[in-house]
Amino acid sequence: MNQAQDNILIEVRDLKKYFPVRGGLFQRVVAQVKAVDGVSFNIRRGKTLGLVGESGCGKSTLGRAVLRLQQPTGGEVLVDGKNIVHLGKRELNEYRRRLQIIFQDPFASLSPRRTVAQIIREPLDVHAIGTSQERDKRVIELLADVGMGAEVRDRYPHEFSGGQRQRIGIARALALDPSFIVADEPVSALDVSVQSQVLNLIAELKIRLGISFLFISHDLAVIQHVSDEVAVMYLGKIVERAGVDDLYNEPKHPYTQALLSAIPVPDPLTGRSRIVLEGDVPSPMNPPSGCAFHTRCPKVMDICRKELPPMVNAGTSESPHQVCCHLHQ
Amino acid sequence: MAGNNKKVPLLSVRNLVIEFETEQGVVRAADQISFDVDQNETVGLVGESGCGKTVTGLSILGLIPSPPGRIVSGSILFQGKELAGLPDNQMREIRGRDISMIFQEPMTALNPVFTIGNQMIDVLMRHRGLTRRQARAGAIEMLAKVGLPVPDKRIDEYPHQLSGGMRQRVMIAMALSCDPKLLIADEPTTALDVTTQAQVLEQIRKLQQEFQMAVVLITHDLGVVAETCQRAIVMYCGRIAEAADINDLFARPRHPYTRGLLDSIPRIRTQRPVELPIIPGRVPDLLHLPKGCRFADRCERRDDQCSQVNPELSIAGSNNQVACHHPLQYKDSLS
Repeated sequence: MNQAQDNILIEVRDLKKYFPVRGGLFQRVVAQVKAVDGVSFNIRRGKTLGLVGESGCGKSTLGRAVLRLQQPTGGEVLVDGKNIVHLGKRELNEYRRRLQIIFQDPFASLSPRRTVAQIIREPLDVHAIGTSQERDKRVIELLADVGMGAEVRDRYPHEFSGGQRQRIGIARALALDPSFIVADEPVSALDVSVQSQVLNLIAELKIRLGISFLFISHDLAVIQHVSDEVAVMYLGKIVERAGVDDLYNEPKHPYTQALLSAIPVPDPLTGRSRIVLEGDVPSPMNPPSGCAFHTRCPKVMDICRKELPPMVNAGTSESPHQVCCHLHQ
Repeated sequence: MAGNNKKVPLLSVRNLVIEFETEQGVVRAADQISFDVDQNETVGLVGESGCGKTVTGLSILGLIPSPPGRIVSGSILFQGKELAGLPDNQMREIRGRDISMIFQEPMTALNPVFTIGNQMIDVLMRHRGLTRRQARAGAIEMLAKVGLPVPDKRIDEYPHQLSGGMRQRVMIAMALSCDPKLLIADEPTTALDVTTQAQVLEQIRKLQQEFQMAVVLITHDLGVVAETCQRAIVMYCGRIAEAADINDLFARPRHPYTRGLLDSIPRIRTQRPVELPIIPGRVPDLLHLPKGCRFADRCERRDDQCSQVNPELSIAGSNNQVACHHPLQYKDSLS
């Protein structure tokens, strides 16, 4: 048990991020959008937590709040046991070196007016690491890490395809030897034939460099491939969290079951019953009472409309399977 | 095969070549594209970005922006009528009435300053010659058919008041309101969440039955193709790589590119592989295409012939075609 505790790199406790909605004559706060509403999870060293959910569920906001790219409204983010939510700028900068992010759109996240070498060197320059020659050498190592040759150093981002740009973005994220990377939909903008190349790269880096990932995606197949543990998010809350095999083989929350059954299968001969959910995701500004999923849940009961179910462990103590649903109380 | 009693296809595209003028030179976005679509049939046009699938779809409706684009050669026969080079005023009669199109991002196709009703009523009055009152009733009925909740209220709302899934439904309702014989759907569910995608695909399938129309589904998602199409055309770099019945395509792909695509898509598996199979390299730049087969650089079956001669699309089995010098062979397929 103690060893498991030691292995935890990131611990998120009851994290909240609310956005005020202003309106009326004096732009008063008239409502709150609870983008992230009381989320807790751990990520162990060298492991990947996959975070999956539909658009607007708060998964990207959660990723940003964990890194304090957006200041959380409440809750704690512990990095190696130290809460970083209230750290001052200077102290935070020390932690920032170890925490990095890769963005979805490799076209928007790289400056078009800088060369590849300048882009990858920037974090080293900002944190004043090594001499200038050492930094140049490091850039070449980093390019090799992501499968690119030194000859691309003086070229500009527009000269590269989407997959290669994403590699450059990954090289930049690796520059400071981070122990934790938030990957926010890193392959969603890429074509299928390069998507798998980048996914393999991320999986390899995790093993070779021992980096922990919070891997955010709407794509359950991608999440399955890269994750050790998976959390499913719906309207600002995690509704189910389990080891990857448990979650995919025995999904317990009706939302997870519906998500899994909704994916089109690339095999015309697989006939299967699909759970087609009714309606749309409700507005996070005005979430339904009780369990937020009750408006679309095929197994809704009376209690679901009134009471929010607590998170319980429906698995074992060795392989926990957390689920937030009245069916599993 | 007895070719003489084969029924005339609804749409017949032959040797279509589309080029775009760019600052760097002329780009051939679609090169020698030929395919047929029968009545009531759903055909998938599959490929990665830049393969020419959208341009091919747009050309059927005469929507290639010109300049810079133009149809260089080839023909597009729709019910025996030549659409390539048809003057715009004649094209307008066909567009929306006989052939409709839906797009990936409904917000770009819906006019933000008019209500849903206004936009639908115009189309119905123009193509069907209805009065305003009849057209409004028809529009409400159509919105109900695509599964929009409270259609008589939604009809007076503006596009921004609807969710993405609802907008896509409205666009489908608009596209189908004149009972077209052919629907061209360009990535209709790509911008949607997976649960909404399931709803919309279900809806398209249902409406296709009801309206007895043919659908050309343009998509990059082989999962969507497997679940909705009877036949699929795989495109690569402006050319058709393979065209086959859906069961053949997925069980016995003949083109190495199709095989690679099928292997490399992440899919839910019971056993996770350590590494995903990949297609090495990347799609060549359309401005600097290789001389021979465009897939040769990434293909493990290539030889000298492949880098010299671009393979033609040839018959491979009763209904199938492949453009490859060394297509994959299967023992159990006698064709």
